[in-house]
Amino acid sequence: MEQLRTFGRELAMGSQGGFYQSKEFLDLVKSIGEARSKAEEDRIVVNEIDTLKRRIAEPDIPKRKMKEYIIRLVYIEMLGHDASFGYIHAVKMTHDDSLLVKRTGYLAVTLFLNEEHDLIILIVNTIQKDLKSDNYLVVCAALNAVCKLINEETIPAVLPQVVELLAHPKEAVRKKAIMALHCFYQKSPSSVSHLISNFRKRLCDNDPGVMGATLCPLFDLITRDVNSYKDLVISFVSILKQVTERRLSKAYDYHQMPAPFIQIKLLKILALLGSGDKQASENMYTVVGDVFRKCDFSSNIGNAVLYECICCVSSIYPNPKLLDSAADIISRFLKSDSHNLKYMGIDALGRLIKISPEIAEQHQLAVIDCLEDPDDTLKRKTFELLYKMTKSTNVEVIVDRMIDYMISINDNHYKTEIASRCVELAEQFAPSNQWFIQAMNKVFEHTGDLVNIKVAHNLMRLIAEGFGEDDDNADSKLRSSAVESYLRILGEPKLPSGFLQVICWVLGEYGTADGMFCASDITGKLCDVAEAYSSDDTVKAYAVTALMKIYAFEIAAGREVDMLTECQSLMEELLASHSTDLQQRAYELQGVIGLDAHAVEFIMPSDASCEDIEVDKDLSFLDGYIQEAIEKGAQPYIPESERPGVLNMGNFRNQDHHESSHGLRFEAYELPKPAVQPRIPRALLPSTEIVPVPEPVYPRETYQTPVTPIPSNPSDAGSAELKLRLDGVQKKWGRPTYTPETSTSNSTSQKTVNGAAQVDGPSTVNSTRETYASRKLQVEISHEKQKLAASLFGGSSKPEKRPATGHKVSKASSHMLEKSHVPNSSMEVASEKTAPAQTPPDLLDLGEPTSTSTAPSLDPFKQLEVLLDATQDASAANSATSASRSPDVMALYADTPVGIHNKDEADLLSGMSNMSGATARPQPTKGSSKGPNPKDSLEKDSLVRQMGVKPSSQNPNLFKDLLG
Amino acid sequence: MVNKQGQTRLAQYYEWLTLEERRALEAEICSFIEHRNYKIVYRRYASLFFLVGVDNDENELAILEFIHLMVETMDRHFGNVCELDIMFHLEKAHFMMEEMVMNGCIVETSKANILTPVQLMEKAS
Repeated sequence: MEQLRTFGRELAMGSQGGFYQSKEFLDLVKSIGEARSKAEEDRIVVNEIDTLKRRIAEPDIPKRKMKEYIIRLVYIEMLGHDASFGYIHAVKMTHDDSLLVKRTGYLAVTLFLNEEHDLIILIVNTIQKDLKSDNYLVVCAALNAVCKLINEETIPAVLPQVVELLAHPKEAVRKKAIMALHCFYQKSPSSVSHLISNFRKRLCDNDPGVMGATLCPLFDLITRDVNSYKDLVISFVSILKQVTERRLSKAYDYHQMPAPFIQIKLLKILALLGSGDKQASENMYTVVGDVFRKCDFSSNIGNAVLYECICCVSSIYPNPKLLDSAADIISRFLKSDSHNLKYMGIDALGRLIKISPEIAEQHQLAVIDCLEDPDDTLKRKTFELLYKMTKSTNVEVIVDRMIDYMISINDNHYKTEIASRCVELAEQFAPSNQWFIQAMNKVFEHTGDLVNIKVAHNLMRLIAEGFGEDDDNADSKLRSSAVESYLRILGEPKLPSGFLQVICWVLGEYGTADGMFCASDITGKLCDVAEAYSSDDTVKAYAVTALMKIYAFEIAAGREVDMLTECQSLMEELLASHSTDLQQRAYELQGVIGLDAHAVEFIMPSDASCEDIEVDKDLSFLDGYIQEAIEKGAQPYIPESERPGVLNMGNFRNQDHHESSHGLRFEAYELPKPAVQPRIPRALLPSTEIVPVPEPVYPRETYQTPVTPIPSNPSDAGSAELKLRLDGVQKKWGRPTYTPETSTSNSTSQKTVNGAAQVDGPSTVNSTRETYASRKLQVEISHEKQKLAASLFGGSSKPEKRPATGHKVSKASSHMLEKSHVPNSSMEVASEKTAPAQTPPDLLDLGEPTSTSTAPSLDPFKQLEVLLDATQDASAANSATSASRSPDVMALYADTPVGIHNKDEADLLSGMSNMSGATARPQPTKGSSKGPNPKDSLEKDSLVRQMGVKPSSQNPNLFKDLLG
Repeated sequence: MVNKQGQTRLAQYYEWLTLEERRALEAEICSFIEHRNYKIVYRRYASLFFLVGVDNDENELAILEFIHLMVETMDRHFGNVCELDIMFHLEKAHFMMEEMVMNGCIVETSKANILTPVQLMEKAS
């Protein structure tokens, strides 16, 4: 059965059918189209799967029928269901003789299978055969499949043929062959390394399509290795010049722009080749300037090319004139009403400020508008820009804004990203310690455990190491303010675990250091934390260790330790804890409290978290003791592996190893808890604690293991010489190596970074200047915005500079306007004028300037075509009447006044071309008849109705013209 | 391509993703424009949304216009193209796309070149 719906059109097109479709298929498509929900759609598809499973296995299915089945399979997978039961039939279909059936088979296979699928091997043979076909369309179909299905191993099977096809007389084949080669290069560069010269050759192909396609592989090649392609600069420049001079076929024009997509690709390539290369860049200046001048900024595509020009200009060796043009375009983008253009403008600004940072000032208010825009995409883009232009003078405003925004959004992925950016900026540019700590607190409070635990560790390290290189006073102030803020924050409910760890650690280390708070204040708070977050063992562990430190400092300072009752009950609870780690900490705390001041000071020195720990792994200090023991008749130590009869013990080695570590309570480890995977945070371990952090290992952390378990036996601890054997501990924690030096090198690098942040001299100068400037020039701008601008753009425009810029912009834009009109023929100008009237109101989303949606060019040739079409259509419709099928068609329209013939007459009368249902070729101008066309919808509907498919009232959208 | 109800009408990937990954990705798309490391460029025509996922180096405006070029091309072929045209002739729409994009790159932007093979194929059968 022929598809009636498109009957009229296909008749006029002169091509009949070929796309055989049964009522069953039409019903399926229609029911999918009318499904009101995804659930309903799913039910339809599940039914269809059942039907197809039965049908497709029937014997002797005619190939047209099979083709339809395969397309139904495509539908099933497209809608998210598994159609693997039919893959093999798609594979079989690629063997078919009919081109259409074969290509459908290839299409289905490329949609269903990835290059590693087992069935691919069955297709390689067919592809090989098809690549040799006399019919160039078969060759093209095979080349399409090559790009999608051939993997690294099968490349050699088709490579020789593909290379041969590079010289095929048909340009379509050459184009696809070059893309196949490109695909091989993407998958396995070495497989085609000897064929790279072909890409250069095809660049000079006399067909613009082949040349344009060749730019894709060349772009990839140049991205990987710029220097080998510097010689091509001249060629690319000359191609771009020819394109802008409209030397390419009109067929490549798009909205009056000559081959814009090729221009864009060329500009991308030039940007790569000219980057940091003055000589290469100088060859490009003229042509890039030409592109700038010739671009029509009233169309989307013109702006797309202009944007690419800016990218190119900001990548190649700077040229003042081009940079000026770029800045002008950016200001036009930013001033536009279109969000798309503003977005592009913000992006372009981000690129250009790398070269000329001062241009950001000209656009400060536009940037702030974008920042406050309700459109989220634009807002994010603007934050990205702010991130790029952060310096010590504006970091406070930017980070504060970022944090506010971070709090307001729900997308965890993006929240995490912004949080880490805040941290990065704060670490890099923080103007004061106080501010830094406060910013970090906010980030932690609001993003909680989304933030990488590394950030918490960094914060602890920063507080421990301090900012200033030698300024101890500043460091202790920083710590005091941290302690103070943490004591306040602890009042908040539900703090994230990572943040609590930081708080406990800092309180333990520095809680009593400045004498502001007494031990009972701090220990009380720590007990509260342990109690409030009793389900979080990690936090509890931090809290207990912090308690131990506070008590140790008290003992060392010679003060009486008076344990709070809540602390005592906490201890009692933890001594019986199921967590061996917590239990051990509690025992250790108990042990420490029983020691004398001297011993405590030795094992728990105050503020020693940054000291390096030296560990004598060989326990050489015990040599004398062992010697003595052996002399007394003791047995020498035999390594476990050499001992007879302990093989079966080997399994427990890891756990039991602690027995040989003197002084560690082995009973605590007797019941290994594989679930607890304690980790030690990097670099900030105080010499005397083990801190379990149940987080994945970060590669950078693994090299640091300053682990010194606390001897819980007072007599052992008292011995100054005693060092613990750590092998067992290390195994348990999975630490491969131990390099104490790294922590020092880390700290120095950190300090240098922070040292740079201290420079914030210019800020005061700038802000005074700004207030003057803004008072003078931005009277109508709200005070808040001005303030924001002032703080963001610190060194704002000098008063005398602003008007000059404004003048320049307007002058340049009028200049551009003139220029853009000059090369245009009067015809084009006319089309611009008529454009708004032709614009269908519902065509565009995104609120671009309406002119972008104007129909294609209005060149005289096409106008002729329109006239011809119209007459042809009329005659086609007439001849249809005499054709055998025509009575039915006419009957169809009997009840609607919308005959094919009638419509075209009406169109002719109105003098505008119309995309009527019967028009085969597109009309270059979509005239006033554009817009929602109820006639067409009716017509289409009645056709479907006629075929017996149920009425479409459920989803009339299906019939709406996309372009109207 | 997804219609107003968020139902998929045509899907083509240039990197292999499993069915599960595709389902997850397509479900999330509609509300995000910058999506993880991708960008979604979308454009609406009547009831149909056209969505293109690109990486971060792509010129979004150009992609937006590329979508329009594709719609114009389909319009030239079908005449007043509508959602049903694409649904009834899914394979044709795919063939056009195969002519326009290969290996994830734009390779052909001349409507005549895009449509010739499709129309020849139609004639041949």
